[in-house]
Amino acid sequence: MISGISIYHILTLTTILFFIGVYGFITRKNLIAILISIELILNASAINFVIFNTYLYPDMLQGVYYSIFIVAIAAAESALAVSIIVSFYRMLASVDVKDTETLKY
Amino acid sequence: MNLEMFLKMQNELLLVGLLLAVLIGEIITSQKSKVKLINVTIIGFALVTLIGFIYQPTQGSIFGGMFRTNALIQLLKNGLNVGVLIILMQSAGWLKESLVPQKKSAEFFMLMFSSVIGLNFMISSGDFLMFYVALELSTLPVAALASYNAYKRQSAEAGIKLILSATLASGLALFGISFLYGATGALYFDDMANLLQMSNLTILGLVFFFAGLSFKVSLVPFHFWTADVYEGSPINVTSYLSVISKGAAVFIMMFILFNVFKAFTSIWQPMLYGVAIATMFVGNLFALRQQNLKRFLAFSSVAQAGFMLLGILNGGVLGATSVVYFVLVYMFSNLGAFGVVQAISHKTGKENMKDYEGLYRTNPLLSLIMMLGLFSLAGIPPVAGFFGKFFLFTAAAGKGYYILVFIAVVNATISLYYYLKVIRAMFLRVSDNPIPYFKNDIFMKLGLASAAAGILVLGLYSPLFEYVQSISNLIFN
Repeated sequence: MISGISIYHILTLTTILFFIGVYGFITRKNLIAILISIELILNASAINFVIFNTYLYPDMLQGVYYSIFIVAIAAAESALAVSIIVSFYRMLASVDVKDTETLKY
Repeated sequence: MNLEMFLKMQNELLLVGLLLAVLIGEIITSQKSKVKLINVTIIGFALVTLIGFIYQPTQGSIFGGMFRTNALIQLLKNGLNVGVLIILMQSAGWLKESLVPQKKSAEFFMLMFSSVIGLNFMISSGDFLMFYVALELSTLPVAALASYNAYKRQSAEAGIKLILSATLASGLALFGISFLYGATGALYFDDMANLLQMSNLTILGLVFFFAGLSFKVSLVPFHFWTADVYEGSPINVTSYLSVISKGAAVFIMMFILFNVFKAFTSIWQPMLYGVAIATMFVGNLFALRQQNLKRFLAFSSVAQAGFMLLGILNGGVLGATSVVYFVLVYMFSNLGAFGVVQAISHKTGKENMKDYEGLYRTNPLLSLIMMLGLFSLAGIPPVAGFFGKFFLFTAAAGKGYYILVFIAVVNATISLYYYLKVIRAMFLRVSDNPIPYFKNDIFMKLGLASAAAGILVLGLYSPLFEYVQSISNLIFN
């Protein structure tokens, strides 16, 4: 519980964060930037869990634990994604989305 | 907690044991005996599958309800094991000839098995935390497998597309779960089902969660990754994605919609109605114009996912029966078709429909198995696919969705056209340059034979359907 800040403020923040992530995922031209956008989405959900837990259900810890799992799995995800992108970079010397268009329609 | 309780997880424990055994085997064997390691691993996996059929774990839940099991879940796990076994047998030749020289054969098994473990935990999950972790465990290794042809641009591209869309999907699902958690304060499926009230927040949560899971089942409008990933990946990974991971995801989607969102039936039924129509039409119409067979089967599997939604729409025991039965049927039919594509692609490198012209004259058995698989996918009476579709349509018609059933029948007709296009190329067309006759190795023969046997047995032997019917009320527990 943070004094002076209501749950609505923080939920607004996480929603904005989430939609920035979705927007970035759709519009970015660089694979690494897309990965960063996905991290924004995951972090928005993690904050959501912690905030719901602290403000609404302060006697339990489920949401906090869930966010720890999210952080750990997000790390695994980005490690794997970066390694695939690196193997792609070795072939083409590029991390642009427009180079991943040989498979289409 | 005693041993007996741990044995409720026997499938997962056996698979973890096998995975560790492969890891140790990889370390202690020399480069020359890597081929033997592949044989031993496949036989080991066959033993795991057999044990799953012989010893039924007792019904119940452990870890405070996070993990639950019953006869229906065990049946699906056994089905998935059989499917993975067929995929492994079909890919043995590819593993031996392409991956052993690159020293990557054991990693293939490890990634595949960890994904299967994830799927098993996902089917058994009784809690959103377990569900999320298992979902990721089942998806991430497949992304690594999709980019397994390290020197092929398409394969890396497929891996990138799969991992990025999968993480976006799990992000969406998580955002939805966080709303549901905020509304109820519970993460267990049972508690959440009791506490969920209809409100804008929970409906938003349901929509996000459904969107996230739809990526895995590849429903329209979340299907864009499907065709690209299926085309770029190695074929055994494609068949794994289209059969095993899709089947498990459909099952858990059905379970969660039936149980957790029981009070929301009036919300998710119209949603599924629209998605089912869109999925069937988009899948079928895009499949019409495909020349590459992997891409063709990708769109066909999108369309089949649309048919599965008809059973989920029923919302009752009949729906659960028809979906589980259809998943089993679909598994064998698709594995038959993919197996033939794999055999031909491995020997000749050809994957286009034009290359298949005159296949019957040179390789009659392969083209017969392909025909069986495609007939089953299209739903032509003597084979299993007809009964699978028939029960799905019955389930939807039982709830009064006559227009939807009509649209589904129209789509089944469209799909018949493009499946027959492949069959026409194989049987009726003559070609100056057909695929020459070749012999398959013993594992490939076994894999194709068991897929064909599965199609025929499931279609002609009704006790299996009756067994599914007798246990499918376990979906509500």
